[in-house]
Amino acid sequence: MVAATPIILAAIGELVVEKSGVLNLGVEGMMIVGAICGFAIAVQTGSPFVGFVAAALGGAVLSLLFGILTQYFLSNQVATGLGLTLFGLGLSSLMGQGYIGIRPPATPKLEIPLLSDIPVLGPVLFNHDLMVYVALALVVGTWAVLKFTRAGLILRAVGENHDAAHALGYKVVRVRLMAIAFGGACAGLGGAYLSLVRVPQWTEGMTAGAGWIALAIVVFGAWRPFRVLLGAYLFGGVTVLQLNLQAAGVAIPVEYLSMSPYLITIAVLVIMSSGRAKAALSAPACLGKLFHASS
Amino acid sequence: MITLEKRPEPSRVWSWATPPLAVLLTMIAGGVMFAVLGKDPVEAIRTIFWDPILGEFAFYYRGQLLVKAGPLILIAIGLSMGFRANIWNIGAEGQYIIGAICGAAVGLAFYPFDSFIVFPLMVLAGALGGFLWAMIPGILRVKFNTNEILVSLLLVYVAEFILASMALGALKNPDGAGFPGSRNFRSYPSGHNAELMAGTGIHWGVVAALIAVIFAYVLFARHQMGYQIKLAGQAPRAARFGGVNPSRLILFCLGMSGALAGLAGLFEVSGPAGQVSIDFNVGYGFTAIIVAFLGRLHPVGILLAGLLLALTYIGGEAAQSSLGLPAAAIQAFQGMLLFFLLAVDVLTNFRFRFGKREVA
Repeated sequence: MVAATPIILAAIGELVVEKSGVLNLGVEGMMIVGAICGFAIAVQTGSPFVGFVAAALGGAVLSLLFGILTQYFLSNQVATGLGLTLFGLGLSSLMGQGYIGIRPPATPKLEIPLLSDIPVLGPVLFNHDLMVYVALALVVGTWAVLKFTRAGLILRAVGENHDAAHALGYKVVRVRLMAIAFGGACAGLGGAYLSLVRVPQWTEGMTAGAGWIALAIVVFGAWRPFRVLLGAYLFGGVTVLQLNLQAAGVAIPVEYLSMSPYLITIAVLVIMSSGRAKAALSAPACLGKLFHASS
Repeated sequence: MITLEKRPEPSRVWSWATPPLAVLLTMIAGGVMFAVLGKDPVEAIRTIFWDPILGEFAFYYRGQLLVKAGPLILIAIGLSMGFRANIWNIGAEGQYIIGAICGAAVGLAFYPFDSFIVFPLMVLAGALGGFLWAMIPGILRVKFNTNEILVSLLLVYVAEFILASMALGALKNPDGAGFPGSRNFRSYPSGHNAELMAGTGIHWGVVAALIAVIFAYVLFARHQMGYQIKLAGQAPRAARFGGVNPSRLILFCLGMSGALAGLAGLFEVSGPAGQVSIDFNVGYGFTAIIVAFLGRLHPVGILLAGLLLALTYIGGEAAQSSLGLPAAAIQAFQGMLLFFLLAVDVLTNFRFRFGKREVA
């Protein structure tokens, strides 16, 4: 579950962004900036909680840069997202100069009384730090908001047909900016989870493609929160499995084991998109299209 | 109230003027960034952009300029073809690595056989390696409709692990006393991509880059394939009615950019880098994306943009040693450049209108 949490966080944020019709390929950049923001602040203040808040803020600020460019300056979303990733990687290693090799303050584990005493299932499900549960709560919350609330309906309307939503008087740009900021905050949290809990230290480029895997998992989950959750746990399971295999000293070279999560992500993508009608239908209709009121 | 108004057609003036404007804005913003880092901004900008060309030690840097610009241009030309047709190959870094490994493997297999045929064979193997690596996202896209952006990028990580395993395993120098990394091509003349003219930095990779620029120019200006690429990018529906085969186009664009990236990798590994080592890739494949955009996806523009970004690499190194500027600052600087470029691009397609919005 620990391996899957950063991916869940980033993927659920990106899901909301894509539901609003914006394709933000900068997840990787936002994650790594979140990772260093969270790490730096946690080390400075000694409190991982403040670190996570800072990570969310950092990710959101960076994502708003993307939002302003794509929503007000109408730049190409694919190119801007890539730019965000490149910029984020550079910025993060710049910010992380003084933090290499330091250990962050430990994030306390939250043992749920009674439940964590259940044999086998207890330690697996109920003995984690707070962020694991926050991630789960976010998934459930996102699902509920998208499905049952007015705000969720507006968000989906903007994503499916921005011209119609505009004609109905909804502020397309504002809705999208909020979605982008939410996505950025989630990606930042995911990055901070990597640097504060999972690894836990700061190294340059430490997200190592986690952001891209999160993007793939949104596709895999067909833009549905619970399938995204499933995909992320599947991926987390594979990661842990290959790490255990490495530790167990199986006769496969380490490098080939390490590449397996990426290969499996690709394989899953292929399987998902080959049933093409299904995948194409569930993607938001205005995904990646530019919106300008006059056009 | 400032509003944006769509231009009836993209402005020619602005499409030429935006890249320099973006560079200028980046210099200003970069100066602010350097000032925040506690360095003298004017000094930093001068070290990066001025000294390598016209400064005291320019004779050394000028050669380096072409060495760095060669692979950037080579990769960016390939990428620009796909980008024009809305086919996003962002895994050039992976194709670059695989090209280098394949080419180097062929060269090392011949060691110490001495013949003029070795190097051309290496070049072919390098291009083929990159081509095949790029065919993976290509074929998956055509056959299974898989998103080529994600697949090509994820393959970069796979390629990096293959590189590590090669440098530590199959291609390791048998006489290397156990150190990771392959034999050095500098001590194997038939496989070495040497400088063609001493002191200029021109090696076969630079020549190949220039050929690629000319080739791409002709392709876009004169050849039907180039026309189809542009058509598919600007009006996909029209392209489909016009009989453009999208699958063929995808495979062509990805294969071409893969082969060029593979070539760039081979020239790098056999020349400036010298050997297959764990960390021989330095992100050219990603920087080339910036080059392609900064050059407005036009071959001549890419040539200039490649030189400019090569300058930031070299200037960045100079600034590292003389000013103690962190290496990452340059990366952030390059990312900023792409941002500003995309932002000012709005001027090409829209114009600002001051005053109240009229009621439609």
